[in-house]
Amino acid sequence: MPSIKHNPAGHPLPDFLNFGVMLRILLGVNVFALVGALLQSRGISDWVQQYVEMAAWVQPLLLMNLAFLALFGRAIRLLPPRVGQVTVVLLAALSAVLLIDFWRFMAMDDGGWQRCVRAGLLGGAMAALMLCYFDMRSRIFSPSLTEARLQALTARIRPHFLFNSLNAVLSLIRSDPRRAEAALEELADLFRVLMRDHRDLLPLADEIELCRQYLDLEKLRLGERLNVIWEVADVPVDVKVPPLMLQPLLENAVYHGIEPSSEPGTVRIGFSRQGDELHVRLANPCGDGGEAVKGSHMALANIRERLTLYYDLEARLEAREEEMPDGSREYRVHIVLPCRSSLL
Amino acid sequence: MNPASTLSVMIVDDEPLARVRMRDLLADISAEVPNEVVAEADNGQLAAEMLKDVSPDVMLVDIRMPKMDGIELARHVSRLQKPPSIVFVTAYDSYAVQAFELNAIDYLVKPVRAARLAAALSKARQSRPAPPQILASLQQGARTHLSCHERGRLLLIPVMDILYLKAGLKYVMARTVVREYLLDESLTHLEQEFSERFIRLHRSALVAKDAIAGFERCAGDDQENQWQALIRGVPERLPVSRRQWSLVKSYAKQLSS
Repeated sequence: MPSIKHNPAGHPLPDFLNFGVMLRILLGVNVFALVGALLQSRGISDWVQQYVEMAAWVQPLLLMNLAFLALFGRAIRLLPPRVGQVTVVLLAALSAVLLIDFWRFMAMDDGGWQRCVRAGLLGGAMAALMLCYFDMRSRIFSPSLTEARLQALTARIRPHFLFNSLNAVLSLIRSDPRRAEAALEELADLFRVLMRDHRDLLPLADEIELCRQYLDLEKLRLGERLNVIWEVADVPVDVKVPPLMLQPLLENAVYHGIEPSSEPGTVRIGFSRQGDELHVRLANPCGDGGEAVKGSHMALANIRERLTLYYDLEARLEAREEEMPDGSREYRVHIVLPCRSSLL
Repeated sequence: MNPASTLSVMIVDDEPLARVRMRDLLADISAEVPNEVVAEADNGQLAAEMLKDVSPDVMLVDIRMPKMDGIELARHVSRLQKPPSIVFVTAYDSYAVQAFELNAIDYLVKPVRAARLAAALSKARQSRPAPPQILASLQQGARTHLSCHERGRLLLIPVMDILYLKAGLKYVMARTVVREYLLDESLTHLEQEFSERFIRLHRSALVAKDAIAGFERCAGDDQENQWQALIRGVPERLPVSRRQWSLVKSYAKQLSS
């Protein structure tokens, strides 16, 4: 299923079902309409007049095309990129011609072949301009995608974690060989996932499994200092999520929330589904603050960028510190992802 | 002490398994370098307090620990009359490791190899303590404690407990609710390091922001009115210099609003 490769950066055509893409098209075309109206007008009040007249022609055409692309956009994306782009341009031109003919039929336009050709050219040109914009946007984002991927690869697992875990396993080999074996197996699984190709979305169940393995290893090192509470209720575990979305956040939670304190601390992870949205909530106690908050901001920025690449405006990530009733402070991360059935 | 005698070692690491590993390794190399583990601590603060009762030859110190990190521990320990040698142990800390390399400070990386540990221990007796300014530059953020020694013992004063700091002729005096301590520090450095916590009242006094109970106007020596700060928990008052008053006042306003 190619739609699973939900990777706008790799394709010059955008995903027309995406809310962000629709919004960009609506705004973009209307900005051009405003500029066009300004060019034709003699003054400011005339400008508004021109725009309103133009809108009667532009908006129906725009909505019609958006609806059509929403329906068939995925199919068009299956075509070779250039063919797909030409299809969209022709579609816009054709629908513009049809619309002008319809207006003639309704006796609201003079008609004539010159009017039809003009409408077709305008519609096609507009579509071509918007496609250029999306093409450029994907080009601008793709180097940053590789960069983000690279950055993610280096920042994802702290070397600190790897070497401390190996040290812990070494210390177990003599006293508790079986536990040492289990720990090494988990470490191997963790690194297998880390070294995989990270472009495809993965089932949520896999990500949860990865997080469990990671936390098991941390528990080995930190013992009772680390408590974990999972709240997984009524969540479609087969929903696809960007790989390694949660593990870096958990790593931050342990590194900044648990390790700097000698008291036991609790990391909470909650998943819930609200309508078409998957909500993920992470909470960890705040350390003494001040220390190396920069590292955690890098991981957050990294994940935020990946979410934007995958979902445009449809995903959010919020992070903030919150004061608890008992006076302690908690660091909370809240992620909202779309879980549309089309992504399943 | 002759070189063949047993080396007493203290292990300071917050991870229990890491301490187990270090014990195992020390036992493995005991034929080569006779050694004995005399104490274990899971954070720097505890380790410094234990030094009252034990005096190890070598301390194997993890860098990243809760409460007090290894670097701060080394800074306090180096003030002792006969400080133990410190060997830092770190999993991964490129910044610190670079500094150690540059300044020939001994360190081990985790997982530690027996041969490296043996080499570090046999060198440890001759090695000189790391220069304080290097350790200070490695410290991330401010220290959690200040230290002084009295009658050969190391005393730790939690920075949170200090109400005010006052510069004397030779020493800086730190006041807690309980008592006064003499520190071998400079007030200017303390002001820079703890600028979040302390505010300057006059040329020779810093006060903890949350220890200010209020201000009172009193007639000064030159018959001019002068402001004095009341300190929570202790009877003393600290004069506020005219130069600092506007700053202190704006801070006090922030507090009351």
